[in-house]
Amino acid sequence: MQFAVLMGFVLAASSPLLNRWFGERASLLLALFPASIAGWLLSQAPLVFSDGPQLLEWAWVPSLGISLSFLLDGLSLLFGLLITVIGTCVLVYAGGYLKGHQDIARFHLAIVAFMVSMLGLVLADGLLTLFIFWELTSITSYLLIGFNHTDIEARKSARQGLFVTVAGGLALMAGLALLGIASGSWSLSEILQSDEDLRQHALYTPMLICLLLGAFTKSAQFPFHFWLPNAMAAPTPVSAYLHSATMVKAGIYLLARLQPELGGTGMWVTVLSLVGATTMLTGAFLAIHHTNIKKLLAYSTIMALGTLTMLLGIGSDYAMTAFVTFLLAHSMYKGALFMVAGILDHETGTKDVTAMGGLRSVMPVTAVIALVAALSLSGVPPLFGFIGKELMLEAALGAERVQLLLVLFAFLSAILTIAVAAVIALRPFYGVRHDTPKTPHEAPLSMLIGPSLLAFGSLALGLAPAMLGADALLTSAATAVAGESLPISLSLWYGVNVALIMSVVSLILGFLLFKRWDSVRGQLARLAPVMRYGPEAGYEGLMDGVVRFSEWQTRLLQNGYMRNYILVMLVVLIALIGNSILLRHSPQLALSLDVRFHEVIVVGTMAMGALFATISRSRLGAVVSVGIMGFSIALIFILFSAPDLGITQLLVETMTVILLVLVLFRLPRFSNLSTNLERIRDGAVAATMGVLIFLLIMTAWSIDQFETISTYMVENSAPLAYGRNIVNVILVDYRALDTLGEMFVLALAAIGVIAMLKLRHVETEGKATDSDKASVKEPYDG
Amino acid sequence: MVKSGTIILNTAARFLMPLQLMFSVFLLLRGHDEPGGGFIAGLVAAGAFTLYLFAFGVSATKEVLRMVDPRDLIGAGLFFGMISVVPAWFMGQPFLTAQWWTIPVIDFKASTPLIFDIGVYLAVLGSVMGMVMALMEVDKDEP
Repeated sequence: MQFAVLMGFVLAASSPLLNRWFGERASLLLALFPASIAGWLLSQAPLVFSDGPQLLEWAWVPSLGISLSFLLDGLSLLFGLLITVIGTCVLVYAGGYLKGHQDIARFHLAIVAFMVSMLGLVLADGLLTLFIFWELTSITSYLLIGFNHTDIEARKSARQGLFVTVAGGLALMAGLALLGIASGSWSLSEILQSDEDLRQHALYTPMLICLLLGAFTKSAQFPFHFWLPNAMAAPTPVSAYLHSATMVKAGIYLLARLQPELGGTGMWVTVLSLVGATTMLTGAFLAIHHTNIKKLLAYSTIMALGTLTMLLGIGSDYAMTAFVTFLLAHSMYKGALFMVAGILDHETGTKDVTAMGGLRSVMPVTAVIALVAALSLSGVPPLFGFIGKELMLEAALGAERVQLLLVLFAFLSAILTIAVAAVIALRPFYGVRHDTPKTPHEAPLSMLIGPSLLAFGSLALGLAPAMLGADALLTSAATAVAGESLPISLSLWYGVNVALIMSVVSLILGFLLFKRWDSVRGQLARLAPVMRYGPEAGYEGLMDGVVRFSEWQTRLLQNGYMRNYILVMLVVLIALIGNSILLRHSPQLALSLDVRFHEVIVVGTMAMGALFATISRSRLGAVVSVGIMGFSIALIFILFSAPDLGITQLLVETMTVILLVLVLFRLPRFSNLSTNLERIRDGAVAATMGVLIFLLIMTAWSIDQFETISTYMVENSAPLAYGRNIVNVILVDYRALDTLGEMFVLALAAIGVIAMLKLRHVETEGKATDSDKASVKEPYDG
Repeated sequence: MVKSGTIILNTAARFLMPLQLMFSVFLLLRGHDEPGGGFIAGLVAAGAFTLYLFAFGVSATKEVLRMVDPRDLIGAGLFFGMISVVPAWFMGQPFLTAQWWTIPVIDFKASTPLIFDIGVYLAVLGSVMGMVMALMEVDKDEP
C-alpha cells in the first residue's frame, strides 16, 4: 500500500510525458490513480469497522526506529476517502477547466504530488513521516498557488501561504519532537494505545502550544487566517481541492488525531473553543464584505475550519459526532461550490457575483448544482449540511466552558453563512442578465461531473445517512477522535429542540440579510480603515522587518570581499574551537618524537610551500606553492598506506590547479590593499588558527573515549559488503546515505557556479543589476 | 587562452583522452576491491575531457560530448544514486541495503553499490565539467 501511494510521486513526475502522449485525456488517466486508491480504501473499510485500527508496517530506517508505517483507522479512512474521491473529481474537472492551457502538465505534476503528500499525511503512523508529508503539502501548495507565476499577486500570495504554513511547520516539528520525548514513542498508534497520561506530563504545555501553532497556521485559524483568501490566486480546481476540502484540514486532522491523548484539559478546551469560535465568526463576518465569489467561499471555509476547531475544543460526545459529520458535509458542499465558482469564472470571465445575473437560462445544470450545494451549506433539510449544522448547534449548547459565547458566535455565524450561501446560489443565476466579458454557455461535461457528484452526494447522504454506509464510517471516525467507542446514528429529525429553533430563526434572518446585502456591504465599506489593521498588517510588518534585518546583516557580513568572509569564518571558528578546547579539555602536548627522516622532508616541504605562498609576490608562484602543499599531503597519505586517499588528493589537487589556471587570467595583478595594521591582524588570526588546529589534533589524538568503529568496518567489509577496498565500501555501502547527500551538495555547488558564471554573461551584455555585480565581481579583486 | 594550438599537446590529448576514459571506467569497476571507485574515476574522466578542452577548445569538446550537456550528467548521476536506493524495498529490506546479483556468463558481480558508484561517477564528472566549461565559455566571450 505504501508503495502504491509513493508510486504517486513517480506518476506525478511522469505527468509531462502522459500529457504529451495522451493529450487532453491525461487528466482522466491521472484520475484513475486517486480512484483506485479510493477503491482500495473502501475495500479495507469493513475490516476497519469490525476489527478496529489497522497498522501496515514497513521499515524505513530501522536503526533509527523510523518506519513508513500507515495507520488506517476511522479517522484516516474518512480523510483518505475525502482526499481520493474529491481528488478524482478535481482531476476530471481540471481537465475541462485548464483545457488547452500550455502549462497543464506542470499543474498535473504539482497536484498529483500534493495528493500523494496529503494521503501520506493522513495515513502516516510515524511522527516523523507525518511531519515530512506535512511539509510536502506546504511546498506543493506553494507551487499550486503560484501556478500563474507571471502574476506578481499570485507569487506574493504563494509566498505568504508558504511562510505562514512553514513557520507553523517549524513549531509543529518542535511539538512532535516534544510529543515523541514525552511519550517515549514515535509511532502514533503506540502513543494512542499507551496508558501513560500525557496530560500530566511536565512537557504538556510547551508541547501543546507548539502543536497548536502548527495546526492553527495550516488550518487558517484566527489570527493566521489571512493567507487562505489570498491563496485564491490559485486556479479554481486547486482552491476546490487544497483550500477547502483537504490541505487546510490537515491541522484539523492533527488536532483530531491527538484529541484522545491531549484533549480535554482546561487549556485545550478553552484555547480551541475560543480560537475556533473567533475564527468562525471572523470568517463569516468577512465573507459578506466580498463580491468576488472565490473570496466569499474562502472566508466561508475559514468559518467552517473555525467550527471544526471549536467542536474539537468542546470535546463532548455530541461535539465529536458533530465534528465528523460537519467535516464530511463541508468537504462535499464546499468542493462542489468551488467548482461551480470555477465554472462561472470560466464561462463568464469574471469572478464578481454582482457582475453576473440571470445565468439560469443558459447554465441550468450549474444552477441546480449550485442551489443544492448552497442549501447544504446553509443547512436546509433534507440535505446533509442540515444534520451537520444541527449537531454543531447542539454541541455548542452543551459546551461546558464559555457556553454562552460559543452559542452566540455559532448563531451569528449561521445567519451570515446563510446569507453567503444565498448570494452564491441565487445572485449569479437569477435576476436580470448582465453583460459579462465572455458569452456564457453551459460548462462541458467534464466540469459538471465532479460538482454534481458532490452536490447530489450531499442530498443522498441527507436523505438516507445509514444506507450509504455513512453511519458506519462516521462511527468509526468519531471513535478514533473520541478515543472510545462512539456509535453514531444520524437522522434528519431529532424532534423540536433549541437547536432546531435556532436553525429556523437563523434561516429567516440570513435570508433577510441576503435581501439587504448590497446596502449592508455599503455600510461595511466604511469599516475599511479599521480593517487595515488586521493580522495581515502584522505579517507585512514582520516580513518588512526581516528584509530590513537581512539587508543590514548582508551589508555587514556578506559584503563581497573574500578576505572579509575568510576573516569572519576564521574568527568564529577560533572562538568555538578555542572555547571548547581550553574550557572542556586540557590541551595535550605529549609529543613522541618517533619521526622518520623522509617524513621530516615531506613535512618540511609542506612548510616551505606554505611559507612561500604567503610571501610570494606573484600569483602564479602562490598557486604553485599551494599546489606543493597539496601534493605533499597526498604523499603523506600514500606513505601511511591509504592509496585511495592519496589518489583522491592528487586528483583534487590537479583539478584545483586547472580551475585556478582558468580564473588566474581574469584576475588583476597582485597589489597591496591592506595597511600594515590589517596585515598584522590577519597574520595574528591565521597564526592563532594554526596553533588551535595543532592543539585540536593533539588533543583529539590523546582522547580515547570510544572504541574505534574501523575494526568493525575492516572485519565486515569483505564478508558482508563483498568488497575488499574498505574506503569504497564505506562510501557506497556503510555510509551510502551520507554519500548520497554529498552528491546532492556537489550538484548544487556545481549548478551554483554555473549559474553565477552565466549571470556574468548577462552582466557583460549590460543587463545585470547592481546586486549581481556586487556578488559576482567583487570576490575577484585580489 | 582556450586553444593551446601546440602540436605536442594536441597529439597527446588526442591519444590520451580515450586511454584516460578507459582507465576511468577501469577504476570505477575495480573500485570495490582495489583502490579506485566512482569519485576517483569521475575525476580522472573529468581530467581527460579537460585535457582535450585545453588542446582543442570548448566547441570541439562539445562535439566530442555530442548531445550530452554536463548539467544532464549531474542529473543522471543523482538519478542513478536515487534508483540504487529502491531495490532493497522490493526485498522487504530497509532503504539502501545493498543487493547483489551475479551475471552468469561473464561472472560479473552486479550490485546496487555499483549502480550507486556509477551515480557518483557521473555526478562528479558532470559537476567538474560543468564548472570548467562554464569558466572557459566566459573566457571565450572576452578575448
